[in-house]
Amino acid sequence: MLQLISLLMENKPGALMRVTGLLTARGYNIESLTVARTLDPELSRMSIVVEIEPQQRAQLIKQMNKLINVLQASDLTEAPAVRRELALVRVRVERENRAVILKEAEIFGARPVDSSLEGFALEVTGDPEKIDEFMSVMGAYGEIEVTRSGLVAVSLEAKKLRLAPPVFKEEGVPQNA
Amino acid sequence: MTNGAKIVLECLAREKVECIFGYPGGVTLPLYDALYDSPIRHVLVRHEQNACFAAEGWARATGRVGVCCATSGPGATNLVTGLVDAMMDSIPIVAITGQVSTRLIGSDAFQEADTFGITRSCTKHNFLVKTLADLPQAIHEAFHIAATGRPGPVLVDIPKDVLQAQGRYAPVSSIHLPGYKVFTEGHAGQIRRAAQMIWEARRPFVYAGGGIVAAEASEELRAFVERIDAPAVCTLMGLGALAGTHPNFVSMPGMHGSYAANMGMSEADLLIALGTRFDDRVTGKLSAFAPHAKVIHVDIDPAEIGKNRAADLPVVGDVKRVLKKLNQALDDLAELKPLNEQARAAWRDRVKEWKREHPLEPEFSGDEIKPQHLVSELDRISGGEAILASDVGQHQMWAAQLMRFNHPRLWLNSGGLGSMGFGLPAAIGAQLARPDSLVFALVGDGGFQMSIPELATIANERLPIKIIVMNNGYLGMVRQWQTLFYNNRLSQVTLDGFPDVEKLAGAYGFTGRTLEHPRELRSALRECVDQPGPYLLNVRVTPFENVYPMVPAGAAIHEMVLAPPQPLEVA
Repeated sequence: MLQLISLLMENKPGALMRVTGLLTARGYNIESLTVARTLDPELSRMSIVVEIEPQQRAQLIKQMNKLINVLQASDLTEAPAVRRELALVRVRVERENRAVILKEAEIFGARPVDSSLEGFALEVTGDPEKIDEFMSVMGAYGEIEVTRSGLVAVSLEAKKLRLAPPVFKEEGVPQNA
Repeated sequence: MTNGAKIVLECLAREKVECIFGYPGGVTLPLYDALYDSPIRHVLVRHEQNACFAAEGWARATGRVGVCCATSGPGATNLVTGLVDAMMDSIPIVAITGQVSTRLIGSDAFQEADTFGITRSCTKHNFLVKTLADLPQAIHEAFHIAATGRPGPVLVDIPKDVLQAQGRYAPVSSIHLPGYKVFTEGHAGQIRRAAQMIWEARRPFVYAGGGIVAAEASEELRAFVERIDAPAVCTLMGLGALAGTHPNFVSMPGMHGSYAANMGMSEADLLIALGTRFDDRVTGKLSAFAPHAKVIHVDIDPAEIGKNRAADLPVVGDVKRVLKKLNQALDDLAELKPLNEQARAAWRDRVKEWKREHPLEPEFSGDEIKPQHLVSELDRISGGEAILASDVGQHQMWAAQLMRFNHPRLWLNSGGLGSMGFGLPAAIGAQLARPDSLVFALVGDGGFQMSIPELATIANERLPIKIIVMNNGYLGMVRQWQTLFYNNRLSQVTLDGFPDVEKLAGAYGFTGRTLEHPRELRSALRECVDQPGPYLLNVRVTPFENVYPMVPAGAAIHEMVLAPPQPLEVA
């Protein structure tokens, strides 16, 4: 079953590898993964969709929370959250179908971002089901090529972020102070 | 001005490191040059894997962070087994590795390996330090992470140009790792509820693990066990946490645990798991494990709670602090209501009865030395006070069954990973940390041959380690499984060609002796201990002895096999 996990983590080299390493070490396949900086440039937000049994989810999230670079891992599989995916679609169409394609795109809220004699590049966002549907409609008109962003999600619940406070070192006192 | 290498040593000095185990190489030249003038002792081992095992021996014997050092590429990859070993047993280690210069990283440079990537899953955390400015912070953070929370190994990979870069040590006043949350206190309400459950239980059973040793909570454990007067087992990692001679101590539980320990687990109505992780070697078939018991699980690592066995009452915290509070809560309860003494006494009697029915007893024989006999003589001469670094295999299990340790940190063994070749280097680390202690390395003839190069380290450092080889001429544990589960088809388990130990030890300048007759055993051990300096005692034991009781793989722990099914003959 597909599970959706959202992580807030430090934007440091190797942080991504630690998270994906937890998954690959257990033989889990990552369906999609997106990661980008947050408002605070030192932090990143990652959304992962992974194929695992629901009963393994709690253990996986605990293991993620153990990672030093991870500030918070939360399970959004069943939590109130907005989930969106973006897809860029290049569709080749015969001239007589151009208007129909644009009409269909409009129904899905997709917009053309490039146009040429061969066809269009379209941008669409929505939940993965909507995007799947859009792909099958577009595919009916001609050859398509697709790049999907993977799921990004934001929780609708305010979850308190618990962080570890700094630890002061006695040895750290300057020698010559 | 100083350089990166000197800054590394400054950091180590501030972390109060006395001794490093290592092996130099190309990219660590600046570090070794700085060591030339340093008061920190460096012990030159003969293989990097043993540097890590020796650092583990140091850490296991003292509770302090062990430090090892290796060069880039092969040096670093040789550390991997030791790092995983420390990870599995939660042992605090800081490993310092050299790396090729930053401008060469990723170019397949000479002796380059992706140490940061390779050791990601072998460590609690690791660092690749790319600038001098980051160096002191990384090293101090490494020590902090290794030693706090659930301890573990941390690796710091330092490129050569960073070691050479000119600069000054900038004191690190604080460590801020916002994502590193350690819960030490234990939830007060949970602890109160735990006390209630313990008070009401009719058949409580204490299941104490290596966490007690890591948390230095032996005293609290003893007080707790005596407070509730319940039978207690210590896992392989927890042996010595409760003295082996304590009246409430049953034995080790699990695959080679005693009948009483496993029956106690299976019949208990409350299992009080303290700093332990329900390892498969303890639980046997998980679905049949402790079927009648509710579980209180105290652990500092939240990910251990419910990982293997669901906890009816979890407490996340440092087991020392939790036990202190739990003991207090039990005192408070004692004033309110009486304990069901009748049920408790009946339970204690039942466990005692199991112990009487099937005791763990050494076996003696006429012409050949039984391995259990050797262990019981070792126990006698140790008197519960000597350090015993064990290797992995049958001898380890017999020692775990029959040795009685009066204190924690005497029994040093590779529990989780089961790394052969651990015993001898671990004894080196322990002897350096505890120069006045009697240190035995109990090793099989297999594991010993994996660590023979370290005899040179022992000789050079003049370490009075007493190496006892339990020599049955086989890879005994593997052979045991081939005998029991592979129709006695003994495949690649014969270890012919064991060296003459008199010559071997003599080549390194100390005494070696081979022993074959039970009559000589006691006096030979005496001589081995009394003679100053290292001693290599090769004890030829009955070749075909197997470890019992044994829980077959996949069986429930109460379904243990108590004795060999029939007299075994080898084809």
